Amino acid sequence: MNTATTANGHADPHGEGHYSGPLRWLTTTNHKDIGTMYLTFSLIMFFVGGAMILAVRAELFSPGLQLMQPEFFNQLIGVHALVMIFAALMPAATGFANWMLPLMIGAPDMALPRLNNWGFWLLPPAALLLTMPFFLALFGIGDGALATGWTFYAPLSVQGGMGVDFAILAVHILGISSIMGSINVIVTIFNMRAPGMTLMKMPLFAWGWLITAFLLLATLPVLAGAVTMLLTDRHFGTQFFDAAGGGDPILFQHLFWFFGHPEVYILLLPVWGLMPHVLATFSRKPTYGYKAQVYSFIVIGVLSLVVWAHHFFTAGLPVPALIYFMFSTMAISIPLAVLFFCWIATMWKGAMTFETPMLFAVGFIVLFGIAGLTGLILADVAADAQYHHSYFVVAHFHYALFAGGIMGVMTGVYYWLPKWTGHMYSEKLGKLHFWLTVVSFNLTFMPQFFLGLAGMPRRIPDYALQFAEFNAISTVGAMILGFSQLLFAWNIWSCIRGGEKAEPRVWEGAEGLEWELSSPPPHHSWEIQPVIK
Amino acid sequence: MEQVQPTPRNHSRLVVKLLLLVAGAFLFAFALVPLYNVLCEVTGFNGKTSAGFASGGLKTELAPAPASRVDTGRLIRIEFTGTVMPGLPWEMRPLKVSMDVHPGELQQISYLVRNTANRAITGQAVPSVTPGQAAQHFEKIECFCFDQQTLAAGEAQEMPLAFIVSPEVGRDITHITLSYAFFSIEGQRQTLSATAEAR
Ligand code: HEM
Ligand SMILES: [Cu+2]
Repeated sequence: MNTATTANGHADPHGEGHYSGPLRWLTTTNHKDIGTMYLTFSLIMFFVGGAMILAVRAELFSPGLQLMQPEFFNQLIGVHALVMIFAALMPAATGFANWMLPLMIGAPDMALPRLNNWGFWLLPPAALLLTMPFFLALFGIGDGALATGWTFYAPLSVQGGMGVDFAILAVHILGISSIMGSINVIVTIFNMRAPGMTLMKMPLFAWGWLITAFLLLATLPVLAGAVTMLLTDRHFGTQFFDAAGGGDPILFQHLFWFFGHPEVYILLLPVWGLMPHVLATFSRKPTYGYKAQVYSFIVIGVLSLVVWAHHFFTAGLPVPALIYFMFSTMAISIPLAVLFFCWIATMWKGAMTFETPMLFAVGFIVLFGIAGLTGLILADVAADAQYHHSYFVVAHFHYALFAGGIMGVMTGVYYWLPKWTGHMYSEKLGKLHFWLTVVSFNLTFMPQFFLGLAGMPRRIPDYALQFAEFNAISTVGAMILGFSQLLFAWNIWSCIRGGEKAEPRVWEGAEGLEWELSSPPPHHSWEIQPVIK
Repeated sequence: MEQVQPTPRNHSRLVVKLLLLVAGAFLFAFALVPLYNVLCEVTGFNGKTSAGFASGGLKTELAPAPASRVDTGRLIRIEFTGTVMPGLPWEMRPLKVSMDVHPGELQQISYLVRNTANRAITGQAVPSVTPGQAAQHFEKIECFCFDQQTLAAGEAQEMPLAFIVSPEVGRDITHITLSYAFFSIEGQRQTLSATAEAR
């Protein structure tokens, strides 16, 4: 085993060691170091975004206004969403890509190491910009953060205070960072695979990320364009979204969701790529339907670009457009169902064991299934007229993004943590974390489906009395859910610090190049590339 | 496992291609602005009527439809409404709330618009037609919304509108609503930033 343990920042025996301490992290171009930084940043921001929304849930514990003014409430929900999406989920996926892609495809590093360093170091300033207006407001500067919800809808965002400008700037920087990351992933995958590894022999995780990267390159610039128009409408007298000058606020919704819908697949494709590895490992069977999954990824990626208007069915679209967007949206469920089928078939008659990553993977399949099914309900134009902007939508996308996204990331973290740190995490704590998370997750979000069906609107700090019980249940669930995540952080921390030594092939049934390397892998790996037959 | 020395690769060509994709997507966002307007105009999606509202609308040179095209077999009820947007101290109302017209018939109506402030102000009316499917068949021959309108302090004006509902309009359309939103032109930016600062 090698002496270099990157995860806890020991000295680096090979080159690059120009600096030690903080300067080393600031200047590193090593994919493992950068992966570690992405993942650490993501975990911190997960707690920041979580703290914000626990304050919101506390306010919603009972009807009436107890803790905060509606303006502050609005700021919390919008920034919560932006933090979770751009600063927690996306960096986690990029962290996975950095750590694992080179190991899995037999490359010595990412293709563009310097760009990689920049991509990461843009994130902390962007996160600061996003949250700074909260603190400036404490000193009487401005009126707080973005209060439009994460969707920035005009004309509210044209009229809003300076929090909107901060958020626009932050989104620009986060976008540039993601574009850098995506370019790096694509170039690495196209140019650096081990000899003999054709695209159709490539691990599914790499495939999922490849589609994500292309979606990011195609849609993030559109978001950047939309918020740039917003900025010029706010300050330079243009009227893109101002009806008086011939503009149109609905245009903003088109631009936003042209990005926004593919974004949900951007967040999930890396997870869908990772799932088959975990399922195959703990079922001790090869992945079922490799090709079917690759084609499904591609089909979903393409379809996701042409369904965006299902997010504003109620904005007064003409009937032919409604019908088109309804059916194209529903069509996405077909390749998605293919994925579900492959996941289940991979487990079918396998010799399954339920270590923590497998528990999370199975939990993911069940709960993400609920997200897909409720999505089909929302895609029905007639039904959506009632459900749109209600708590039903909130519940739907949390099944998609918390159960699908965050729990998917947790699956990956438990699966690869021993590889990264060289130590086994505590299986007992991991299982406790899993059960607390699933139970409290359902306690939090299941009642929200019923609240939405009963007519409770989202993004409002107060509600009618008949919604009180379910909101109280949801808040209790959210508190348990939030605080259980401390177990996750603790488990990771102790695993970095020490524990039972991990084998190179950490899990009995694990297949793939990453398991041929020691745990942790040497600071520089695959400098001599493996040849795939 | 067999192993080999990695072959050094030049990445810059691929990077440039990917950057072009990014630039293309960025430009696409801006191209969507005119595309969106053209699409709405051609199809009537979004209630945009077939004549451009800015001066010299597309259809101004169209001659009134020949009488033979008038479809006397059916009547469509046209309803008129108008709203003055915040920041414009005007009042507006149609002289008639509704009228029944045969498709193909040239019709006229006026809105009474009054400036309640003691200074001259310029405004711009933006029309919208519901249902959207009828919008492209609602042809405005003459409209105060084609130009910006200036009213002196306290002045009231009857602003005319001439239109034809094309005989091609769907048989299922029995009612059409034409609504105007009057916006202040010069006050607009100041009022917005003023509200932003006031909060
Ligand atoms: C079969 C799959 C799915 C279908 C048919 C579907 C459909 C929909 C529809 C129609 C809406 C709009 C509801 C409304 O606002 O009235 C919606 C909202 C949403 N969906 Fe999905 N969805 C699916 C899967 C997903 C996935 C996989 C994700 C995320 C990873 C996701 C995330 C979201 C989010 C974030 C929103 C709300 C956005 C907002 O208004 O802030 N959905 N979904
Ligand atoms: Cu969507």
